[in-house]
Amino acid sequence: MSILVGKRTRLVVQGITGGEGTFHTRQMMEYGTNVVAGVTPGKGGTTYQGNDRDPLPEGVPVYNTVAEAVAEQKANASVIFVPAAFAADAIIEAAAAGVGVIVCITEGIPTRDMLRAYDFVSRKGVRLIGPNCPGIITPGQCKVGIMPGFIHKQGHVGVVSRSGTLTYEAVWQLTERGIGQSTCIGIGGDPVIGTQFIDAVRLFGEDKDTHGIIMIGEIGGTAEEEAAEYIAAHVKKPVVGFIAGRTAPPGRRMGHAGAIIAGGKGTALEKMEAMRAAGIHVVENPALLGETMAKILKSKSNTRRIPARKSARKQARRPARTVRGKSTRGRRRRT
Amino acid sequence: MKVHEYQAKEILRQFHVATPAGRVAFSPDEAVRVAENLGGSLWVVKAQIHAGGRGKGGGVKVAKSLDEVREKADAMLGMRLVTHQTGPEGRIVKRLLIEEGIDIARELYVGVTLDRASSRNVVMASTEGGVEIEKVAAETPEKIIKEFVDRSIGFQPYQARAVAFGLGLSGDAFKNAVKFLLALYRAYQEMDCSLAEINPLVITRDGRVLALDAKINFDDNAVDRHPDVLTLRDLDEEDPLEVEASKSNLNYIKLDGNVGCMVNGAGLAMGTMDIIKLAGGQPANFLDVGGGASAETVESGFKIILADPNVRAVLINIFGGIVRCDRVASGVVEAAKKVDVQVPIVVRLAGTNADLAGDILRESGLNFLVAGSLKEAAEKVTQAIA
Repeated sequence: MSILVGKRTRLVVQGITGGEGTFHTRQMMEYGTNVVAGVTPGKGGTTYQGNDRDPLPEGVPVYNTVAEAVAEQKANASVIFVPAAFAADAIIEAAAAGVGVIVCITEGIPTRDMLRAYDFVSRKGVRLIGPNCPGIITPGQCKVGIMPGFIHKQGHVGVVSRSGTLTYEAVWQLTERGIGQSTCIGIGGDPVIGTQFIDAVRLFGEDKDTHGIIMIGEIGGTAEEEAAEYIAAHVKKPVVGFIAGRTAPPGRRMGHAGAIIAGGKGTALEKMEAMRAAGIHVVENPALLGETMAKILKSKSNTRRIPARKSARKQARRPARTVRGKSTRGRRRRT
Repeated sequence: MKVHEYQAKEILRQFHVATPAGRVAFSPDEAVRVAENLGGSLWVVKAQIHAGGRGKGGGVKVAKSLDEVREKADAMLGMRLVTHQTGPEGRIVKRLLIEEGIDIARELYVGVTLDRASSRNVVMASTEGGVEIEKVAAETPEKIIKEFVDRSIGFQPYQARAVAFGLGLSGDAFKNAVKFLLALYRAYQEMDCSLAEINPLVITRDGRVLALDAKINFDDNAVDRHPDVLTLRDLDEEDPLEVEASKSNLNYIKLDGNVGCMVNGAGLAMGTMDIIKLAGGQPANFLDVGGGASAETVESGFKIILADPNVRAVLINIFGGIVRCDRVASGVVEAAKKVDVQVPIVVRLAGTNADLAGDILRESGLNFLVAGSLKEAAEKVTQAIA
């Protein structure tokens, strides 16, 4: 099991004939992703074989619209490599065509455009990941994005992060210790993104095959705090967390449009504190993410410990604890 | 992207947001000419720098005669203005805004920005004008009025009325405030702003509603479609090293520490800065070289990091995914030879072909401290600065 993408994913690549699109389509196909179609307006009806640098393992039918790709190839997921100026429209097109999961890799989409796309996607009830993200991978099954496939290993830890290379870092630390991953999601570093930490954490919490979660946040916004609150109330699996940007100065955008401490809010310390209060194992040093998860998974009780000082919350949580005492993970899925 | 107050006001006027009459001046003579043209008997001389808190630092002065305008303008131009937002080194004042004096009855606050938690724009207002809104939010959050904007229909007149009533306005002031708010939101939306903040928004004794100050930030991802806004960029207000870096497409932010760093990816770059601190150093910069990390990017990265005299060591942390580490290593070796680096360099390359990369670095004849893991990299940094 895994979340959002897996063996049944039938992927359409929007912007397949561009340089980036071609390169990553090849990488995804070589990883084993079922790429069923590509979309490049004006090139419909052709079969794309890749370019000189990146020949594709097999030809991919190209369509003018996502709707055609869905109708003819039953595409159920889309990945977007189109330039920033056209990316919001590409998201909207995919959602309108009835694709269930949209992964937008494109960086630099104006916020105003993204709000429009976000609005449409949420009204359609479609799952959007990104934009400005590395994508999502279920190791051994399906890679939808730009992450290097070989660093991953099939297993039971869910990884969710705002950043690309920092996610790879965490994944690599796990894989080097022989710990595999159920699914890894890079949710993206923009102010407006489709899937938030809280959504990913909920999905991992409900996934039977995920036994532990690594959550890597960064400065700016309050998404980590919201996820921490959800974890405290609903997730019983161990969670290891890190927040990048303790040393970042306020008011400066640290690469990601969303990574900015504005008005004194969104500092790393605040977020780490909220995560600790939720019983998350917060590491101060990102080099310790894998090691910490390994220790927790090895220890007898791999359920999350709630710090004693949060006694005020105990009352509310008591019924849930009894359930945990009697076991059965399946029950959690109803909440 | 940030702009000066006078530029923000010029943009707002295009959207019929009411502001006091005024113009920019680059010399005392020009300041007097602007004041003369404005007429009246009371003027305000305002230093134009990209930082708030100017009043307290002596960057806003009232003048009651043209002689006084000249005097204040002369004193302010070229002065080093230090505010809580500039840092101790302050900023040199090179431009002034000369405005008509306003008979103020009330000072309010209004701002438009994105609420990330709900992915909606929000119009905020408060009766506590002139005060830092963060302070109001922290101490008396009940004094902040918030109207969240529906993504599909935008900011509605009834919401503008709700804000104006919430501010306790009536009569002409109420009507003008509603107009003001709708115009301000339109400017925010159409100009792709990430922030439009009016603090203070003033109500005059005759019921006019004016933006006494104005701060506009633009969405960096959208400025390309506003060529007129791009021309407003003031390089004097930016760190010269950062300007240099942006020319090489590097994402660099100068900090005050002693360990420079070069990383691929923004999140990993921040994480690496954190590690430097844990290792006993202080990060001298944020530098994201992006996905590629070619020899040229590494070379310009080196040059920019080493131009900072405080740097005593450099940590290079590249996670080679699709980029191969051996290529990055060759780039690092080439660049180090060209740039003639005098400080210790810790290199940590992980991912694709990392072993090969380690060999290239060790056999280069240059004095690299090669680290396998992130943890080891931190230890090597501690050694390097000891």
